[in-house]
Amino acid sequence: MDLLEILLYIQIALSASCLFRIIRGPSIADRMVAMDIFGVLVVGICAILSIITERGFILDIGIAWIILSFIGTLTLAKYLSGKKLNE
Amino acid sequence: MRYLALFILTFLFWLLLTFDLSVANLVAGGAAALITSLLFAKYFLDSVYKFLQPHRYFWLLVYLVILIWECIKANIDVAYRVLHPAMPIKPGIVKVKLDLQSDFARAMLANSITMTPGTIAVDIIDDYLYVHWIYVSTNDPEEYGRKISGRFEKYIKKTFE
Amino acid sequence: MISTILITIGVLFNLIGCIGLIRLPDVYNRLQSATKCGTLGTCSILAGALFHYGLVDAGIKALIAIPLLFFGATVAAHALARGAYHFGVKLGDKSVKDDYKDAVK
Repeated sequence: MDLLEILLYIQIALSASCLFRIIRGPSIADRMVAMDIFGVLVVGICAILSIITERGFILDIGIAWIILSFIGTLTLAKYLSGKKLNE
Repeated sequence: MRYLALFILTFLFWLLLTFDLSVANLVAGGAAALITSLLFAKYFLDSVYKFLQPHRYFWLLVYLVILIWECIKANIDVAYRVLHPAMPIKPGIVKVKLDLQSDFARAMLANSITMTPGTIAVDIIDDYLYVHWIYVSTNDPEEYGRKISGRFEKYIKKTFE
Repeated sequence: MISTILITIGVLFNLIGCIGLIRLPDVYNRLQSATKCGTLGTCSILAGALFHYGLVDAGIKALIAIPLLFFGATVAAHALARGAYHFGVKLGDKSVKDDYKDAVK
């Protein structure tokens, strides 16, 4: 088994451990921190997968995922602080 | 002027992302960059002439090297605190006086504080920056500014202000 | 070879970040460990992709993703910390100081 594949499986297991914090988190803020870091880890999965399969377009998915996760986290943070979105 | 600067930036971003110099690609990228700059230029920086001053790029390079070094130090610090069995943390929120004036420089300072060992910027109210610190090592308010923001303020002033 | 080393370092940093996310006691400390380790770890993996491809189209994509991820993660962490404080999440039991409480009122 290749070293890169082992690293890919470790990275997937790390994302799963973020799911543990999403399920268990005592407050909403904990869940959102775990959600944010889950998005960052998935970008790492995309990069390793693109190296293993030698397909460059998977990095495009990673870039789109970064931007979407950023906007989603900002929106949820605005919701937490109890303000309107245009403020 | 602002419209032109934003147009050039977005067009360059498009070219790097697609990496293709055919005519159809250039026209599509130009249209997309035009729409973006027409819609969003009023939120862009006020003083775009700063892009044309070469000494700022030199200080940007110095600042980036320091930032990456602090980043690596921050990670080793977090690793020590997390893996230690007793978890040596003493968290708290402290306030730090700011010297910088322009908004963009303040945003950059907050970003680099988030990446340095043990600190996260929480909010800016008037001239004070509120920082969550994982290990409050002194009780003297004068020391906070020197320990948290003193490493970067000089370079950010030269680069962005 | 360099790319494999960089990716291994990145996955190790991500591992430390996830341990911190599970082990540390309150929201703000979890945010510290998750943001720092997650961001630098994933940036390191992307730098490994850049070294693997070289400066062709896929490598340039990895190079673009690094600053996007860096600024996105820092701004998101700042927004989350502020939002959690305004939502009413208290600092943990071990905390020694809170200057922000007077400023919000």
